[in-house]
Amino acid sequence: MAKVSDFIVDDSDTDPLAIPKLACGSMRDSKPFVAKDAHQAALGYPGELVDDWQDKAISKMGELLTKYRSLQVYMDSCVKCGACTDKCHYFLGTGDPKNMPVGRQDLMRKVYRRYFTFAGKYMPWLVGAEDLTEDVLDEWYTYYHQCSQCRRCSVYCPFGIDTAEVSMAAREIMDSVGKGQKYCNEIIGKVYKVGNNLGLPAKAIRSTLDGLEEELQEDTGLDIKMPLDQKGVDVLLVTPSADLFAEPHIDGLMGYAKVFHEAGVTWTLSSYASEAANFGMFIGSYENMREVSLRIRKAAEDLQVKRIVFGECGHAWRVAYSFLNTLAGPFDFLDQRYPIPQHICEFTYDMIENGELRFDKSKNDQYRLTYHDSCNVARGSRMGNKPGGQFEIPREILRASCNHFYDMAPDTIKEATLCCGGGGGILTDDLMDVRLKGAQPRMRAMQEVAEEHGVTHLAAICAICKAQFSKVLPAYGFKVNSILSVHQMVSNAIVLTGSIQEKELDEAKTPEAAE
Amino acid sequence: MVTQLYAVLFVSATFVLLGGLGYKIWVFATAPAPLKIPTTPAPVTRTGVVFRMIREIVLFESLFKANKWIWVFGWVFHAGLLVVLLRHLRYFTDPVWGWVVLVQPFGIYAGFAMLAGLIGLAARRIVVPRIRYISAPSDHLMLVLLIAIAGSGLIMKYVVHTDIVAVKAFFLGLMSFELNPLPADPVLLVHLGLVAFMMIIFPFSKLLHGLGLLFSPSRNQVDNPREVRHVAAWAERLVARVKAE
Ligand code: SF4
Ligand code: SF4
Repeated sequence: MAKVSDFIVDDSDTDPLAIPKLACGSMRDSKPFVAKDAHQAALGYPGELVDDWQDKAISKMGELLTKYRSLQVYMDSCVKCGACTDKCHYFLGTGDPKNMPVGRQDLMRKVYRRYFTFAGKYMPWLVGAEDLTEDVLDEWYTYYHQCSQCRRCSVYCPFGIDTAEVSMAAREIMDSVGKGQKYCNEIIGKVYKVGNNLGLPAKAIRSTLDGLEEELQEDTGLDIKMPLDQKGVDVLLVTPSADLFAEPHIDGLMGYAKVFHEAGVTWTLSSYASEAANFGMFIGSYENMREVSLRIRKAAEDLQVKRIVFGECGHAWRVAYSFLNTLAGPFDFLDQRYPIPQHICEFTYDMIENGELRFDKSKNDQYRLTYHDSCNVARGSRMGNKPGGQFEIPREILRASCNHFYDMAPDTIKEATLCCGGGGGILTDDLMDVRLKGAQPRMRAMQEVAEEHGVTHLAAICAICKAQFSKVLPAYGFKVNSILSVHQMVSNAIVLTGSIQEKELDEAKTPEAAE
Repeated sequence: MVTQLYAVLFVSATFVLLGGLGYKIWVFATAPAPLKIPTTPAPVTRTGVVFRMIREIVLFESLFKANKWIWVFGWVFHAGLLVVLLRHLRYFTDPVWGWVVLVQPFGIYAGFAMLAGLIGLAARRIVVPRIRYISAPSDHLMLVLLIAIAGSGLIMKYVVHTDIVAVKAFFLGLMSFELNPLPADPVLLVHLGLVAFMMIIFPFSKLLHGLGLLFSPSRNQVDNPREVRHVAAWAERLVARVKAE
């Protein structure tokens, strides 16, 4: 399998948004492993490419065109203006024109035109229509798995055409004829079987939490609980399972625990819904996305909680914020005074606003920090009451918890943010070259602030971003551990009432005050 | 003969245009949007969305963010086209409405602006490799068609005049199903023939993109999924599959 060190990073240019020369077909051979029988079956899809796959695929496309207005409108409305052609990080990193958003859409649009439009049926050469052949299906599999569904293209298209919607539809069509992606489908299967993407059983989760409770006790001198499956508490915390397993995710989880402790809010994780991530979105399957979401509802009902709070995860927050009410609502059994669901950043920010949290920012002085807006949070969700709260709230939390914060170039952050390169079901070793090249624009933007402001670290609120950056940062000259969780920064700097940190801080302050 | 031919052509083109538009509106309107997918940050109220749409329609806001050259050419072309269309209202109204009279002198400049915008767009389509790559023959031909329409119009204004009084009588007549003779000038016939052709392909080609914008869920949805539950009819009917625990 390809290792990070096998790839040579292109350092010929330093502009994150530099437009490469067209390199036709350069990414043709990068495709993920195909799902096996068992992975497919668990999700209700055929185990291998069915005999009459072509007819099935076309009729599935027809079905999706009537079920999703987005797909119908987007297939019809592109004028080939070219505005999106330089907006995809995978194109910027590879130069393959089929990674230009419109190039990617056209892989489906040419088939749509052939089978569903007058001109395409009778004059295919005129409008670039094509039959759905084995080669075309192969191209779909390749290039619809080089899209992280980040929606950057949809910001710039004059009609809001969102290539993510097209990729999702393509994956759904491929799944329905038996050509699924192993990475996503295997993971969704694990959620159905065990409750989370990583396949962590309740026992393993409990023992991890026990370890963390000990660590928190040592660190703060306080008895901070990390409950699992505890009934009747205030909050059900739904967080990506990576928060229980990987660095720097786990430091974020400890941050949430400290904040809840200080708030005096009781909370619990659920072993049944021990996953915030919802890969059903990546494969464009409403049904699977709904099944995974319903687990969260069931957990909230069974545990009789009053609120649901989500941990740091990008696409999970999009599904939670934008879709959860649709898929698993209405949540009339929860306390209506709080947003349903709420993001942990909203929770922490509210406390900061109300002056309920105390920080010792100097605890983060070893970091010179920048912030990566995760795509799904930036362009597919919101935090707080105002549009754009998803940009300001995490930044406010960081500013409250550290002294050295610098934003990257304005055309690479907020709604223009560049994907980490690993979203949308791409975070798999079999797509390592796609991930490395797709990360190039973001990494160059970070190199810029590293040079200008001496930035050393990058904070994010997405489990996928964190895992992806741990892999790609070294290829671009940064340390593996230069990626941090936002709530890790909170955790480092927070001064809990009655904690060791509070005593230290107050003692240090007293002589000064006396003078 | 020419008169009859063009009368039939324009009447049928009008029906195809209206029928086709109606059909497409029906197709777009009946396909549900099962999920909330506005590209955020998005307005949190209906009024906000109306303003967002107005900015997109009038100023091409997203295109402006994306690429200043495409924006300049695209905006100048569309604005020119609008004024030119308004100027042409004089062929269909009698007496001509007051404000249409006022528009007349601007219509001439608009004709040139439209042509300039089109030539800019066509040049980009040929010169920029990325855009050449995504262009099908129809994309180039669409520009040729529009340039030919604008060009033939300007030729009639400045080079070979036609009897515009007769042209007006022809169209006013058509509107009340009467036949008045159409001057058989070649440039006029080319101009009108291409316009009729464009009316016919309008609903079935990318020319329809304006309608697409109105129906685009990433632009026309309100960002309020936590406050208001949004469910499509087909999704309402889904039954949970029983999954192994
Ligand atoms: S959604 Fe993102 S990854 Fe996909 S085509 Fe658009 S910009 Fe590229
Ligand atoms: S910006 Fe939109 S209309 Fe223009 S080429 Fe891209 S997808 Fe098509």
